[in-house]
Amino acid sequence: MPMMGVSKPLTCIAFKMSPYFWPSNCWEPENTDYAIYLCKRTMQNKARLELADYEAENLARLQRAFARKWEFIFMQAEAQVKIDRKKDKAERKILDSQERAFWDVHRPVPGCVNTTEMDIRKCRREKNPHRVKKSVYGVPDDGQSQPSPVHISSQPSRKPTKEDVKKEITFLNIQLDRHCMKVSKVADSLMTYTEQFMEYDPFVSGVEPSNPWISDDTTFWDMEASRDPSQQRVKKWGFSLDEALKDPAGRDQFLKFLESEFSSENLRFWLAVQDLKRRPLQEVSTRAQEIWQEFLAEGAPSSINLDSHSYELTSQNLKDPGRYSFEDAQEHIFKLMKSDSYARFLRSNIYQDLLLARKKQPADTEQGRRTSLEKFTRSVGKSLTGKRLTGLMQSS
Amino acid sequence: MGEMEQLRKEAESLKDQITAARKAVQDSTLQEAAAGITVVGRIQMKTRKTLRGHLAKIYAMHWSTDSKLCVSASQDGKLIVWDSVTTNKVNAIPLKSSWVMTCAYAPSGNLVACGGLDNMCSIYNLKGKDGNVKVMRELAAHTGYLSCCRFISDTEIITSSGDCTCILWDIETGTQKTVFAGHQGDCMSLAVAPDFKCFISGACDFTAKLWDIREGTCRQTFGGHESDVNAIGFFPNGNAVITGSDDATLKLFDLRADQELITYQDSSIMCGVTSLAPSLSGRLLLAGYDDFNVNIWDMLKAERVGKYMWKLYIPLENGRKVDPAEDSEGSCRVAAGTEH
Repeated sequence: MPMMGVSKPLTCIAFKMSPYFWPSNCWEPENTDYAIYLCKRTMQNKARLELADYEAENLARLQRAFARKWEFIFMQAEAQVKIDRKKDKAERKILDSQERAFWDVHRPVPGCVNTTEMDIRKCRREKNPHRVKKSVYGVPDDGQSQPSPVHISSQPSRKPTKEDVKKEITFLNIQLDRHCMKVSKVADSLMTYTEQFMEYDPFVSGVEPSNPWISDDTTFWDMEASRDPSQQRVKKWGFSLDEALKDPAGRDQFLKFLESEFSSENLRFWLAVQDLKRRPLQEVSTRAQEIWQEFLAEGAPSSINLDSHSYELTSQNLKDPGRYSFEDAQEHIFKLMKSDSYARFLRSNIYQDLLLARKKQPADTEQGRRTSLEKFTRSVGKSLTGKRLTGLMQSS
Repeated sequence: MGEMEQLRKEAESLKDQITAARKAVQDSTLQEAAAGITVVGRIQMKTRKTLRGHLAKIYAMHWSTDSKLCVSASQDGKLIVWDSVTTNKVNAIPLKSSWVMTCAYAPSGNLVACGGLDNMCSIYNLKGKDGNVKVMRELAAHTGYLSCCRFISDTEIITSSGDCTCILWDIETGTQKTVFAGHQGDCMSLAVAPDFKCFISGACDFTAKLWDIREGTCRQTFGGHESDVNAIGFFPNGNAVITGSDDATLKLFDLRADQELITYQDSSIMCGVTSLAPSLSGRLLLAGYDDFNVNIWDMLKAERVGKYMWKLYIPLENGRKVDPAEDSEGSCRVAAGTEH
């Protein structure tokens, strides 16, 4: 921008870029065309051609921007007005409105969507990029357009080599070996899934107590996040082991059930490995060793059952422990739980009580239990030795 | 016959066999199978919240896992974290480079990431000790623009780039763990599987690829689109992939059948798809188009069941949230996030 009578070098002057000059506007030669158009409109003495506020603003900006070549723009505008006057009224009206429409699209009213803006990611791939569009009024591109900020991809397209084709063949062979499931079967599985989850989909079904986006009441989200699950949430745990483990409350209850069966080591291993994956690097090695010691080492306190292949693989991985050293083992244990303890969990009282929201009996509550125990000890009498009493308590 | 010629023939023959194998399992189509299920009925959407504050085009947004917070990236050089319930800004993060094209929210809620024409993925820690949001890492290695990024956890992130590759990074060390190369065109977007074991990428080579994160290999490639694949997502159960393309269609590919199940298209739709999101059950698919409209598709029947036109407020009943963010220039980007 030209500075009048200022002796300071340009580098010392800080100026704020007005939005008009933001790169996102993709400055192009077309702005000179727009300038000519607006200028032209001011020359014609017609009410319908009066500039709107935003157009007047635009004209002022363009005058500042093109200060150096304004004389040229003015002359072009004048020349066009002369030509237009020679045309007959009807033709002029049509051309005027066409021109209007053109600029309404390319220089829309602020607040309108600019439908001609291209995704800058696609810009550089076009053969005739947006920014070198030919001028509609024949104004030559004086090369003042800003350099494109879009980086050129450094991937030249080259001819495939023998190596490339060999790689492709290997890939294709793997594809071919893969067993394709029948379309009817996969379609079925997709349909079953959507059916199961429709009642949980706020788009399709109502939300209890209310959809927070509609009612502005976030109770629903609070309930979903709480450790005290609703019946609907509990029902989801029955869809798959994945769903049960996704929900923290589901994990809690499944663990509780397994502990009651004294078979919680599988789930505890699974949970420990999940946690390992999220640990910061410095803790990973130690934690991995701890998991090995607890669940897999000889004489481990919570020994889990892995097949020899998986055991060997994991043992190897542990030589250079990482976040995913137990991936294979975890998958095996997951399958084991899925086929065994998960099904039992769903049949268990712990789960069924929650699912059917059975009211808690007084004897089931903490207080109830203590009371019954007190009654028991009193009725049995002091003849019982402490040892036997402890033994009885452990087995309950 | 030269060796190259022989190899080419072998590859072609394998491709034919694969096509034949796919045809062999086409005992039905999804549309046929879904013919008998009840229709979903028209879905009407209403703007519930408008988040105002950005000063230029908003290129991307991403929801947090709590359904309330989200992050948006704008070419005014800011990353804004919104509480979309109150519409308040939680954080306004100034960026070094204003040419941002993507942003992501970590599942933990602790980190956000963004990137664009600077070819880098910058990670910001939202939960810093002194309350200030600072750059935690700058992941640089891509030789093209960053088109998309998605967190696996606070320690790993996957990025896709205009250099035709995707990269798995270790955030702590700031290093590349795996480079996923194979696409023949700019990678435009990516999505991580619900079980975090795989991810999918859509590219300007008109295909989508499924990658094994641990192995670093491409497991499957899905073709069929006639133009760039701009948007990609998983069906909620992780067994199918949804793609959106410049060819004005969306497609559903099943991973186990290894083929396209259905195409979502309409002769009246002539502009490209820019974003997509399935509803929680997978029954509905919301798709954003170049003409700033959002079409809602019944995913099983491939019928349009709703439309949301930006700038046209149609009075409606129940709604899910669509997040239109407006800027002072009047341009906007409609991004649909899923309510789960």
